[in-house]
Amino acid sequence: MSSAPAARGQPIIELSAVRRVYGANVAVRDVDLAVWPQEFLVILGESGSGKTTLLKTINRLQPQDSGDVRISGQSTSAVVEHELRRRIGYVFQRVGLFPHMTVAENIGITPQLLGWDGERIRKRIDELLALVNLPSGMAARLPSALSGGQRQRVGVARALAAHPSIMLMDEPFGALDPVTRDTLGGEYRLLHERMGLTTVMVTHDVLEALLLADRLVVMRDGTIVASGTPREMMNDTSDAEVRKLMDMPRRQMKRVAAMLDARR
Amino acid sequence: MNERFANAWALLPAYLSEHVVLSAAAMALGLVVSLALVIAAVRSERVRWPVLAFASLIQTVPSLALLALFYPLLLAISELTENALGAGFSALGFLPSLLALALYSMLPIIRNGVTGILNIDGALVEAARGVGMTDWQRLVRVELPLATPLIMAGIRTAAVWVIGAATLSTPVGQVSLGNYIFSGLQVQDWVSVLFGCVAAAVLALVVDQLLGAIEAGLANRRPGRVAAGVAVLAVGIGAAALPFGGRAAAAYIVGAKTFSEQYILADLMSAQIRAAGGTVAQRAGLGSIVAFEALASGDIDVYVDYSGTIWANVMRRTDVPPRGPMLAEIGRWLEERHGVVMLGALGFENAYALAMRRDRAGELGIATIADLAAHAGALEIGGDYEFFARPEWESVRAAYGLRFASRREFESTFMYQAVVSGEVDVISAFTSDGRVAANDLLVLADPAGAMLPYDAIVLLAPLRARDELLRRAIEPLLGAIPLALMQEANYRVDRDENKETPSAVARWLAGEIGVLAD
Repeated sequence: MSSAPAARGQPIIELSAVRRVYGANVAVRDVDLAVWPQEFLVILGESGSGKTTLLKTINRLQPQDSGDVRISGQSTSAVVEHELRRRIGYVFQRVGLFPHMTVAENIGITPQLLGWDGERIRKRIDELLALVNLPSGMAARLPSALSGGQRQRVGVARALAAHPSIMLMDEPFGALDPVTRDTLGGEYRLLHERMGLTTVMVTHDVLEALLLADRLVVMRDGTIVASGTPREMMNDTSDAEVRKLMDMPRRQMKRVAAMLDARR
Repeated sequence: MNERFANAWALLPAYLSEHVVLSAAAMALGLVVSLALVIAAVRSERVRWPVLAFASLIQTVPSLALLALFYPLLLAISELTENALGAGFSALGFLPSLLALALYSMLPIIRNGVTGILNIDGALVEAARGVGMTDWQRLVRVELPLATPLIMAGIRTAAVWVIGAATLSTPVGQVSLGNYIFSGLQVQDWVSVLFGCVAAAVLALVVDQLLGAIEAGLANRRPGRVAAGVAVLAVGIGAAALPFGGRAAAAYIVGAKTFSEQYILADLMSAQIRAAGGTVAQRAGLGSIVAFEALASGDIDVYVDYSGTIWANVMRRTDVPPRGPMLAEIGRWLEERHGVVMLGALGFENAYALAMRRDRAGELGIATIADLAAHAGALEIGGDYEFFARPEWESVRAAYGLRFASRREFESTFMYQAVVSGEVDVISAFTSDGRVAANDLLVLADPAGAMLPYDAIVLLAPLRARDELLRRAIEPLLGAIPLALMQEANYRVDRDENKETPSAVARWLAGEIGVLAD
């Protein structure tokens, strides 16, 4: 855990000894983690590793049973939950668009909860539709009339609506076809940079993690077993299972290359 | 037939408006309480089970019984508030009907509401929390809108139930479309019964369609349609409520139980009070015990009851004294215990008696109950709902050693039909009943005097004890109606051909006894 870049000042998100228990099952086991401003952190792990639970403790969708979560130095247990969540963008694995609201109403929900005036919300919706590359004509549609990729663009726009500085993303592109997934991932990485966001994304896709992250952490059985930049993780890691995981993209690429050579 | 239809039609505005106002108020109350319970039930599992169990339990109580149970309950509460605050309220009519029907409306709304909200995709609930909604915002903006189709379906079911069950509020003294059905059943006016059923069914259909339009408007996000549906409903309820609110309060309220004789006498007394210069309203179709309780608590001012009924049902006496001493004892007891005034007897008795078809009695050589005892083992007896639970059934069985092969209970109209068709051999007839003569039945003599006397007596509410106008209006009727005259009057209403309405017969009766008619 020594690989956190120095000289970035205060961490914007800081987890210390966070523990979350479901009955007899410990989902998150006393985890320490710091996320730095404008960092793109990817949490990689198999299902059941505790990665989604860990993500949800950051905006208290899952409150920790012990330990502390601080945002910009302030403990999240000291703030009103719904106000905390309005300041943090969240993109859901199953998108979670409200089916009885139009695209515009879905995107504008957090500003509305914050009490923005109607004109400001309308302008923001137009801006966001352009930002996620959706035609403005979609504003009046219901989510059921959209494709999977369009829906997750709306999901991203909704999370960005109230100008959060932190974005939490729970396998946001997991249910999409590979091409859409790659496109959306790339577009989001550009938004992250342009807007100076801090992003924490959860995924089980190694390649996606390597291509998007500034830094990766790998989780297993509720603990972080490895952490570092993609380059560091690809090259030197002591944990045998993590090494196997990180070798997989390389092995696959070699097989593809070999296949292409053989055809020549 | 046409005259009966015209009569029914003329009553429609009054019956329909009361029915609509009652149903709408019950639905509104039921909806508010149900939604509150739904919200409590989806938030807490500890609340959910009892709420659903309670709503289901209510549904297993027959609606007529539910309505009937609210009367004594409210009467007790009214007495409590009377003692504590010095102000009671009427335990009869609108209030018990409103509460019972509101309870009755709750199950479909609660069950559908709870199911609708609990079945919402967990991802949406989490998304609502994730975008920063409070619990209340999540309920109002996400959960209730998504559960709306199911909740609306529940509301439609409840509305149809309530409109149907509201017809049963007649016996607790609330006017409704049920008045057609209850009075029609008693005087065998099938046009009236059918009219009441059709009117209630049409009302239920119209309301269901309007609610359906609102539901579709909500589902398709058409606020215009929703508003139109709500507006039509509101205008309908408003139109019904207008005469309701603006109705002049009558000075005197005349009560009547649920049979022809009572309707005729209530009409006769009403005409007399009007002739004396009072304004009158009627509460007809009251249950037997409800009528007395209503008089004692001042919900009605005057009605006719029977000495044997007061003796056995109100005073809970089981002995069978002779006529004169019994009347004197009743008068004294009513005054002392309830402040109720027994103004006097009308002159006839409407007693229980055993009756048979004349030809059948002739075949078996039966003229008295004593003759009957020898044959009873091979005969079937039919009674109304009360008879077999009454003290005279015990005393007549003991006095004559009666043992019947079997016994069955009927609504009184059907009891007469059962003896005529030979389904039963003997029935518990009423001596003044027109159907005894109409069906050529033989009333068996009671040489041992085992049956209670049932003199028709006029009772006044405690607050009317010294009411000059009321006394002046009713006193000419005392002792003026002999049994044969009352039988003839009842027969005119009960016969199958040339049936007359109770009010027409009341006018005829007034002429016969030489008092002022309308």
